[in-house]
Amino acid sequence: MKPSQAGTLESGDIFIQVFPADTDGIEIELDSTVAYQFGEQIKKVILETASQLGLERAYIEAVDKGALDCTIRARTTAAIERATGKSIFDV
Amino acid sequence: MQRLRRTMMFVPGNNPGMMADAHIYGPDSIMLDLEDSVTLAEKDAARLLVYHALQSVDYGQTEMVVRINPLSTPFGRKDIEAVVRAGVDVIRMPKTETADEVREVEAEIERVEERLGCLGRTQIMAAIESALGVVNAYDIATASKRMMGIALGAEDYCANLKTQRSQTGDELRLARETIVVAARAAGIDALDTVYSNLNDMEAFRAEVEFIKTLGFDGKSIINPRQIEVVNEVFAPKEKDIQKARTILAAIREAEARGSGVVAVNGKMVDRPVVIRAQRTIELAKASGLIDNEDF
Repeated sequence: MKPSQAGTLESGDIFIQVFPADTDGIEIELDSTVAYQFGEQIKKVILETASQLGLERAYIEAVDKGALDCTIRARTTAAIERATGKSIFDV
Repeated sequence: MQRLRRTMMFVPGNNPGMMADAHIYGPDSIMLDLEDSVTLAEKDAARLLVYHALQSVDYGQTEMVVRINPLSTPFGRKDIEAVVRAGVDVIRMPKTETADEVREVEAEIERVEERLGCLGRTQIMAAIESALGVVNAYDIATASKRMMGIALGAEDYCANLKTQRSQTGDELRLARETIVVAARAAGIDALDTVYSNLNDMEAFRAEVEFIKTLGFDGKSIINPRQIEVVNEVFAPKEKDIQKARTILAAIREAEARGSGVVAVNGKMVDRPVVIRAQRTIELAKASGLIDNEDF
């Protein structure tokens, strides 16, 4: 696994960075304009996505610009795919 | 009722903000683009965005189209895998030149659909963007029962033709007419190319009027501001609506009598006139000129 990133800082998007971690588990640090209202939900979506992809240990930094859940899923998946080199669409 | 395709709005596949809002403006179809508007480094991320948006965003009745990368690139097969899994309505093939290319895409779609148990769900449309594509337009249009339309992509076509786009569009005349004739002969839709100058809405309107006269079903658009103009041009006139109402009323009356012969004012109505009347009513409904309950 290598450090990777996906997304942008444009409105409606989220910028996700994934780093290797020494300890088990997924640690998420979130910076969001809507963190007070939606911070927990955003972290939940990132965590669910990482778990579905089988990621067991990583440090994830996210800068949210009002992204929908589907965008958070897409950007988290893209960052993890780039980190692991595996695609969910491998054919 | 046949689906209307007056406007097909292009939305870059790597722009989540635009993808989330595109349907609010009311285009008949939205084309999420994985090809020219996405850089090579972002192909994977755009594919994932489109995959998740198709499954999560409520696009209502809007037809969802995705322009994939060609199968000759490392991205095409993964694009098909993603968008068929996500339940896209139509896959748009770029730069289509032969019927074999359509059959290759169809085979890939079938492979995914068979696995998912939804064989036949995904339609195909082909963009024709070269001289060879224009020469093969009818073969392309009839290459698969999944074909729902063919479209002109003028920028690449002009480059291939060793010319450039002009205000009059003379350089596109043969391609446009060939594409409409091929589409009609194949029984599918014909869509015109984009008009990129958003600051000249009068020239845009003139172009839409021209392509409507040629027989196109609609136009590819790049900005929501263009939707209203296209819909206005394609909206039927009041006298055409009245005439269509009279013809359709005569059909209902003939059906009630159990007769296959339709007559208005003592004159028999031919089949093409009936088809035109039905299309006029569909356009009038879609344009909000008559209520759905009327028919």
